[in-house]
Amino acid sequence: MSQEELIAVTTFCTSHNIEVTFIRELAAYDLVEIINRDKEEFFCSSHLPEVEKMMRLYYDLEINMEGLNAVHHLLKRIDELQHEVTRLRNRLP
Amino acid sequence: MEYIDYYKELGLDKNATPADIKKAYRKLARKYHPDLNPNDEEAHLKFQRINEANEVLSDPEKRKKYDQYGKDWEHAEAFEEARRKQGQSHNSGAAGGGYRQYTYTGGDAEDFSDFFESMFGGASGRRSRRTGGFRGQDFNAELHLDLREVYTTHKRTLTVNGKNIRLTIPAGVENGQTIKIAGHGGEGANGGPQGDLYITFVITNNTEFRREGNDLYTEADLDLYTAILGGEITVPTFDGKVKLKVKPETENGTKVKLKGKGFPVYKKEGHFGDLYLTYTVRIPKNLTEEEKKLFEELQKHRR
Repeated sequence: MSQEELIAVTTFCTSHNIEVTFIRELAAYDLVEIINRDKEEFFCSSHLPEVEKMMRLYYDLEINMEGLNAVHHLLKRIDELQHEVTRLRNRLP
Repeated sequence: MEYIDYYKELGLDKNATPADIKKAYRKLARKYHPDLNPNDEEAHLKFQRINEANEVLSDPEKRKKYDQYGKDWEHAEAFEEARRKQGQSHNSGAAGGGYRQYTYTGGDAEDFSDFFESMFGGASGRRSRRTGGFRGQDFNAELHLDLREVYTTHKRTLTVNGKNIRLTIPAGVENGQTIKIAGHGGEGANGGPQGDLYITFVITNNTEFRREGNDLYTEADLDLYTAILGGEITVPTFDGKVKLKVKPETENGTKVKLKGKGFPVYKKEGHFGDLYLTYTVRIPKNLTEEEKKLFEELQKHRR
């Protein structure tokens, strides 16, 4: 993984004006993976959309960490089901 | 332009307290938030409406103005103007007004209704809890293509938000499939990366073939004599006609598989699905007397 693909946790949190502990908590719930490098914490840029989504749900809708965990799994399931629906719809004459 | 009942949007009545409004908004936002309703345009519109209702009702100034004019909102500006003039004559220079601040923040600001714009003059940006931002906005686009167009890999130039994007559309793309074009969304802020562009393919099929994944299905007419005696017929495939041998005594509704004559497999160059042909045996019409006699002969042989 190249350096460009990593987002510093502090940079992200400062930009959004949120606590660094939020990302650490997400990591504790396996919702993001924190990578330690040169005594600094990073996460992979491919996780960025998901992290931002969790941030909106947490701060804007006041959904707690346990709720985020459940939401994460349900959204994944919705995504799978939507694909299945599209596939089945395409089979209809 | 229609009057919008913001209280109704939040399921409240006019006596609602700020706490009631906050509670109702939170409840509905959790239900209709776009992050919780992926690909649901209806939920997205509903979310915009409750956002707008909250914008008005949770702001004491806006709520006061909205309550005051209610259904007479169209005259609000005229009333305001008259009042301002009156006020000026009594109290020179103190005409604060401040309603029509055309400070539309644009960009990621919510789309507010014409009704809102007319009454309040645009989003105030008050709703953004966290200033700044990081990753750019994601863009969504739909690309309408014909089934014939996705039979081969081809290049397209799309214009998204004024920028030209050259795109390779691989053969075999499915109807409803979404692809991500990384980094072609909105600009990031504070050193954050650009958002992504999501393109959903809407594929219309005006061909005689039904597509099921990589396989194609179609029907072919078979005259009675070829069906009985066997022979050779020409059948349509997606990229042209082919000659096909028909076995003697082929029944109506017989399905034959033409291997590799289906649709290209997505991102697997040179791989194709299969084509399934169903025969419809056509019975001869308007028989001549002689033909009738011959069929009768045949009938006797079968008795």
